Amino acid sequence: MQKVIKSVIAAATAALTLTACASGTTTPGASSAPASSDAPKVKIGMAYDVGGRGDQSFNDSAAAGMDKAAAEFGLETKEAAATNGEAESAREERLNQLIDAGYDNIVAVGFAYASAVGKVAKENPKVKFAIVDDASEASTGDNIMNITFAENEGSFLVGAAAALKTKTNHIGFVGGVGVDLIKKFQAGYEAGAKAVNPDIKIDVKYLTQPPDFSGFGDVAKGKAAAEGMYQSGADVVYHAAGGSGGGVFTAAKAAGKWAIGVDSDQALTAAEDVRDVILTSMLKRVDVGVYTFIKSIHDGTFKAGNTVFDLKADGVGYSTTGGHIDDITSKLDEYKKQIIDGAITVPTAP
Amino acid sequence: MKFDVRKFGLGLAAPALAIVVALVLTSLILLAAGDPVLAVWQVLFKAPLPRQAVAIVNEASVLYLSAVAVAIGFKMNLFNIGVDGQYRIASFMAAVFAGAHFLPGWLNIIVSIIIAMASGAIWAAIAGVLKVGRGVSEVISTIMLNYIATYFVAYLLKGAAVKIEGSNATSTQVLAEDSRVPGINLEGLLGTGREVYGLVFLSIAVGILFWFILSKTRFGFDLRATGQSESAAVASGVNVKRMVVVAMILSGAVAGLVGMPLLFGQDYAYGDTVQAGLGFAGISVALLGRNHPVGMAVSALVWGYLNQLSNGLQISAGVSDRLVLIIQGIIVLSVVIAYEVVRRAGLRMEQSRVARELDARSTLEPKGATA
Repeated sequence: MQKVIKSVIAAATAALTLTACASGTTTPGASSAPASSDAPKVKIGMAYDVGGRGDQSFNDSAAAGMDKAAAEFGLETKEAAATNGEAESAREERLNQLIDAGYDNIVAVGFAYASAVGKVAKENPKVKFAIVDDASEASTGDNIMNITFAENEGSFLVGAAAALKTKTNHIGFVGGVGVDLIKKFQAGYEAGAKAVNPDIKIDVKYLTQPPDFSGFGDVAKGKAAAEGMYQSGADVVYHAAGGSGGGVFTAAKAAGKWAIGVDSDQALTAAEDVRDVILTSMLKRVDVGVYTFIKSIHDGTFKAGNTVFDLKADGVGYSTTGGHIDDITSKLDEYKKQIIDGAITVPTAP
Repeated sequence: MKFDVRKFGLGLAAPALAIVVALVLTSLILLAAGDPVLAVWQVLFKAPLPRQAVAIVNEASVLYLSAVAVAIGFKMNLFNIGVDGQYRIASFMAAVFAGAHFLPGWLNIIVSIIIAMASGAIWAAIAGVLKVGRGVSEVISTIMLNYIATYFVAYLLKGAAVKIEGSNATSTQVLAEDSRVPGINLEGLLGTGREVYGLVFLSIAVGILFWFILSKTRFGFDLRATGQSESAAVASGVNVKRMVVVAMILSGAVAGLVGMPLLFGQDYAYGDTVQAGLGFAGISVALLGRNHPVGMAVSALVWGYLNQLSNGLQISAGVSDRLVLIIQGIIVLSVVIAYEVVRRAGLRMEQSRVARELDARSTLEPKGATA
């Protein structure tokens, strides 16, 4: 319970600082202020993955996209998050409840929603949906926009950054849950590191295995895994573990070594006392995807189908906050150019 | 057999008391957290919508199987905490076999279900054998086997997974149309396109079989006898060690069925997003239903109702749907206490009744003696 309350508080403060400049919505159900016109506000129902708003990572990135749109267009929003190990019917019901409450544009964050979105979208042809991280047949429909990312390409760049920055030729990767999606991060990271130094040693650890998805929200497990890697000689650890990443940063701080963030620019979103150990973050611009969807609703230009956010579309990338990698950005941008040009093909499975 | 109104009333009093206690305590927790108490109960006590009613029945049919699996152990004082691991192993094995489509249509479904039962039984038997052979507590071994099951299945899934274009999920081969169990459409009755799992009948059949074996067969008698008094069972010629293993195997076989309605009626594959924790929910349902075939059906429906209605908590009341876990947790705790309270009350009532009758007799007897 305390953990829940803590994360709610963390979410609220994070959201407040993020949107301090704009009067975006920060609490579930509250509508945003800027009533620039009399036109009815776009209504967005947001169904988060496990962790919800406040995970400082994946879900927060989606939330940031909605907050940005809310600040620009003025939205009426409602949010709800998934729980670990929930029933398929719970996901369907969450989408249904949002629709019942009058939210006729639904964003589902995470591939777990794939079949739920497909089913509910069929039952509600007038409601428009966006699903993040899935473009399978199950979630394809005339009223569904699929938002997918080339996580392997972004991870390649931070892998290269890790290899360029390590002094011990030993780096690490902490994955939240052993699912294909996270292995895509691992594959890109390893490929990037090996492009710089083929002999580099890379430790890999997954916190949990499905159907246990607690690895995306377990700070203690993240900390333990990273501690192990730092003790065995790694000096840069990249995490793709959602909320568990907080533990990786804590371990990096204690060991006086580097960590690499994921999804959001975590040097801005993580707890303040650990921000200085974040070398860079692999940006997965879920916020851009969500914003694009909401803008298309607002402008009346909604288009169903899969939109891939890759390096070329600036859908993935790396952050430079803190200036820790300023000396190597030219090298990273060279890799980036080669990936965009097709000179380097980044694998999607390790 | 005469219907005993008082016994029946006492039987109902305990769960009812537990639910009332849970409501009061949850209200206090909500008050303490500053959450809207009234709004929460309004969400939870709304009449379910047709689609929710269907979901409640579906969820209950799955929970019921899990509860029966747990209850078979409970009847023998065996705590099979491992139903969770057993059903996941079993679902995976069945999904792999069914997904290979060696057999056509219904034959494929039936053989897959048998494979699921066998897998669950084998996984449970490990704990049974460890108990009789090495004296390892089944509580410890089944908890450990749950963890092993998670990693074992995750490892096997890597090999069995089929890549679905555009999907980030990992799952086994999706079942062909003819290997799915059609749902029961209640469009005309409820006005919803959602369908009740066809395998709801499997749950009902398992319930009837459970009742029949326990109360009408020699084996059921031996099982209950071993649970109530091991020494008495030994004295009457029951091989207790054999009973432990057999009970674990039976419990595991039923546990193997837990995932079947999901596999053949909803997911059509075993993957990352399969529902976890059904085995633990089954323990609660069995406790609330007192291991009684009808009681567990009612408590499975109560559980399903709470789970389904709680989905609206975040959206309609702004309270985390985790709240329902607190409510369910308190129900289970209070039910254990309530049964004890009610048992003692029943005992007192029985004692005073006997005392009254003895009094009446003793006031009669002296007269006879003096006569």
